[in-house]
Amino acid sequence: MASIEHNGTSYEVDEDGFLLNGSEEWDENWVDYVKGVEGIGEMTDEHQKVIDSLQEYYKKNGIAPMVRILSKTTGFPLKRIYELFPSGPGKGACKMAGLPKPTGCV
Amino acid sequence: MAVITKDELSKNVAEEPSMMTGSTPPKEWMDTPVQFKPGNYAYPTKVEKLEYLDSQQGVSFPNARVWNPEDEDWKLPANWKEIIINGLADRLDRFRSLKIFMDCCVRCGACADKCHFFLGTGDPKNMPVLRAELLRSVYRGEFTLAGKILGKMAGGRKMTAGVLKEWFMYAYQCTECRRCSVFCPYGIDTAEITMMLRELLHLVGCGINWAMEPVSNSNRTGNHMGLTPQAFKGNVDFLCEDVESLTGVKVNPTFNRKGAEVLFITPSADVFAEPGLFTCMGYLLLFEAIGLDYTWSTYASEGGNFGLFTSNEMMKKLNGKMYAEAERLGVKWILGGECGHMWRVINQYMDTMNGPADFLEVPKSPVTGTVFDNAASTKMVHISEFTADLIKNGKIKLDKSRNAHVKATFHDSCNTSRAMGMLEEPRYILDNVLEEWHEMPENTIREKTFCCGSGTALNTDEIMELRMRSGLPRANAVKHVYDQHAINTLACVCAIDRATLTTLMNYWVPEVEVAGVSELVGNALVIEGENRQELTEGLRTLV
Repeated sequence: MASIEHNGTSYEVDEDGFLLNGSEEWDENWVDYVKGVEGIGEMTDEHQKVIDSLQEYYKKNGIAPMVRILSKTTGFPLKRIYELFPSGPGKGACKMAGLPKPTGCV
Repeated sequence: MAVITKDELSKNVAEEPSMMTGSTPPKEWMDTPVQFKPGNYAYPTKVEKLEYLDSQQGVSFPNARVWNPEDEDWKLPANWKEIIINGLADRLDRFRSLKIFMDCCVRCGACADKCHFFLGTGDPKNMPVLRAELLRSVYRGEFTLAGKILGKMAGGRKMTAGVLKEWFMYAYQCTECRRCSVFCPYGIDTAEITMMLRELLHLVGCGINWAMEPVSNSNRTGNHMGLTPQAFKGNVDFLCEDVESLTGVKVNPTFNRKGAEVLFITPSADVFAEPGLFTCMGYLLLFEAIGLDYTWSTYASEGGNFGLFTSNEMMKKLNGKMYAEAERLGVKWILGGECGHMWRVINQYMDTMNGPADFLEVPKSPVTGTVFDNAASTKMVHISEFTADLIKNGKIKLDKSRNAHVKATFHDSCNTSRAMGMLEEPRYILDNVLEEWHEMPENTIREKTFCCGSGTALNTDEIMELRMRSGLPRANAVKHVYDQHAINTLACVCAIDRATLTTLMNYWVPEVEVAGVSELVGNALVIEGENRQELTEGLRTLV
């Protein structure tokens, strides 16, 4: 396991760069870090809406929502989510929100 | 990690000697050590997953630690060699199959070029005979008189850290697909050798996260994805809304309902990610069309069993959940969805691990009255068997023109074909729901089918080049049908396939999409009282 430092704060991450300790370590500074590595220009309200929606669902259900549910709760079609997070909802958005990466037959 | 381009990889596979060494190895295989580098190994199990599993009843996963395959020091327990040798001795004693497979290979080489990993990597240690020899040499060196005395001359060697590393490399460059076994004159099941290698490696805490996190999730929440009961139900309900908005058909599945006639279990990816979601919509529509008295379970909410890729004990434990739930709910029998390796566990191991399931009845279709004698022992029927029987008896109405956008070929899942013998049913269904579909070449289908290249928990992104290489023989056969008939769909009956073939097609044959057979059934179904929209892409249509 590695740790990443950004603006003086250090984070424990897995090999894919996802937060190991999730919400315990997640903060705005982490969002700023992921923004850089994911090649996202400016954080907009739309980005924020996706992050909030992911975190809210995760708190209730212990897992990331399926993409269709994310699409419905945010009102953004999948195409728009990919525009916001070029590496996709499962990778970029979940990473930024501090959620783990889904595993299994996916 | 940037993945090599298709053009570069096509050239490399054809012209470069070996992915591992980058050249023709100048030394004997025993003297050619493995080299771990980014992209040729899957990440080790996360410590907390392994610690959690080790704390569970009936299974043992000791020696959890942070370690890196690229490091010289794997932080093995001090007595690791003793653990491995004792572990092998114990397994030679318990599994007669292993003892036979260790003794009976004559190294004829019939298996050598049948392996998709060998074809894709050019690495001699991926010839099934040599992969098995990695273990067999230790068996000879440590357990047979000739090997103990003559050593290398008798094909024997001692257990060393280098050997252990070699095991880790090649036990995870085998998808246990068993294509090689079809060609072996002795019927040596190389998958069982790989399974033993993985079991032995687990004794010293060496496993991969992409296998163990799903195993851990499955043990904890009932499914690989880690869907909690409310999330699982929420997802199915969400799909029901989609089905209704597309077709006007209201479906009302039940969950954990005691007294239902049938318990339905499918891989959890079917209720989480595309394209499995469309397959799931197909199931929901079919069950509604025939008025099946069935229930889902949020406890046994996974058809897959990554325990098969881990250890016998883990496989037994995860498989046991299905039958425990069937007994608790008091159903008559179990209907299984489109999964691959679940059927291997059911047909080859369940009966002696958790069976006989005498508390269930021999499955009988409530719609046609057909008794599934082939499932008399396991009490579990495959959705394609069930659907084919409905069609044969004229119990569902199908309109092929609703699949006019589909021109398909069919991929036999390794496990439904080789471990179950289900070859005709999916084809019979395709004949009845599609206007046009074409077979891939004869030596790449049915029991000779080529693996998707990413089964047995190798469907993880960090080994993408390896996956694209090992999947190349399958992709090549799809390309052939595409060139001949301009097909646009690869139909299959396995959830790992739905995920991994999608990635494989995007890479090698991007014109082709992947669809579950039940999705195609759902597309074609004509249901009384329906109010379908214009679905130009079937259940995938965005409305």
